[in-house]
Amino acid sequence: MDRILTLLSWGNQGWLDELASGALVTISLALATLPFGLALGLIMALVKRSDSRVLRAFGTIYTTVFRGVPELLTLYIVYFGLQLGMRRLWTGLGLPGTVEMPAFVAGMIALGLVLAAFSCEVWIGALNAIHKGQREGAYALGLNKAQTFRLVVFPQLIRVALPGLGNNWMVLLKETSLISVIALPDLMFWTGRANVVTKEPFLFFGVACLIYLAFSLVSAGGIEALERRANRGFAQGGGSR
Amino acid sequence: MTWCELPGYWVGNEAIQNYGCRMFGGLGITLQLVVISVALGCVLGLAVALVRIYGGPVAGRVALAYTTFFRGTPLLCQLFLVYYGAGQFRPFLDSIGLWGFFRDAFNCAAFTFTINTAAYQAEIFRGAIQSVHRGQWEAARALGMRWSQILRTIVFPQAAIVALRPLGNELVIMVKSSAVASLVTIFDLMGTTRLAFARSFDLSVYLFAAVLYLVVVEAIRRVWDLAERRLTRHLHHA
Repeated sequence: MDRILTLLSWGNQGWLDELASGALVTISLALATLPFGLALGLIMALVKRSDSRVLRAFGTIYTTVFRGVPELLTLYIVYFGLQLGMRRLWTGLGLPGTVEMPAFVAGMIALGLVLAAFSCEVWIGALNAIHKGQREGAYALGLNKAQTFRLVVFPQLIRVALPGLGNNWMVLLKETSLISVIALPDLMFWTGRANVVTKEPFLFFGVACLIYLAFSLVSAGGIEALERRANRGFAQGGGSR
Repeated sequence: MTWCELPGYWVGNEAIQNYGCRMFGGLGITLQLVVISVALGCVLGLAVALVRIYGGPVAGRVALAYTTFFRGTPLLCQLFLVYYGAGQFRPFLDSIGLWGFFRDAFNCAAFTFTINTAAYQAEIFRGAIQSVHRGQWEAARALGMRWSQILRTIVFPQAAIVALRPLGNELVIMVKSSAVASLVTIFDLMGTTRLAFARSFDLSVYLFAAVLYLVVVEAIRRVWDLAERRLTRHLHHA
């Protein structure tokens, strides 16, 4: 028991500080990916609903590919592909030395592309849920397309999309664990390190699981609070009073 | 030349041609892993769902804790917990005769995937069972049917239709998530692709793997759509 407490203590003897720094990387990666993935997802949703057939086809291909390919594979393709592309560009420009793709950025891009594909479907569902009359009313008031979207549609969109986007966030949080395979020092990375050094796999992977679980539970609570806030002006429970 | 070298030959890529057979073999392992764990997970998930709904406060809480834990943590972490953790309990596993099972990486992955997908499927089944209207229960009870009879003949057939679509999604998710098996030395499609890349340094093997995964996922989706249309044909009016 003493040994376990030492292993899980803060400082040189224990691994708690390493695990905490890893958890911080995990959270920052998820938080950094979120706005990028959600914004791209919204753009893809608008692309998939546009009047142009070419754009619609592009949107369909995009979501089909990134929803169908394993996240791990996407991560490898983005990481190695960007690495290769950047090196070619670097030497092509005649710049000295070599260039490295930061693992954090590669992870952010890969996870963001996947999140965009999944959140795109949520955004589309939300866009469809907004009554046609809202747009017609806005046009009748003389608002143009961009204004209509920004001032009328978008504010209502968040409320409808929130449950789906919350799900997307939970999935993203768990997917960040894959990032350790490209050597980013996240929670999984430090847990694996601790396992190799201490030969206590059950303890460390168990603790890592509990940390992820804590993140998930806190997120679930946060999403619920956000939903309550977004719905505060609406009748709840379907009861008539 | 065997059939599995043909795709690489057609696109004129040596790496894909050389490692084509290994990669198709890896695809077979991926499919085995997914089919085994989703099928076993289906049985376990149904049991967990029933315990969750009808098991009373204590067993219900246990079932809730189970689904919360496995749905709230990454599959990769669970897999490492089982794969590396099993070694720590070797004397115990030896004494109950299970060490031979957990020594094999494939078994560890199949075990982890099964309990993981069971947690997700339990939630799907719970939602589907609870979506059956109470009136159905009341009518069946009024006819004098037993609990097990009601479940089997009234509730399950209606719940199955509700569960069909999410179950198809779960199958697709498992095909994709199974790629993490490559991180515990299993040569599934992802594992063989990693090997091919490590030896050839040709990025196109990854793209070829992506195409294979995409084909599998699309095939599942199409088949599922057909199955759903067939099974719900009595619900479409005119």
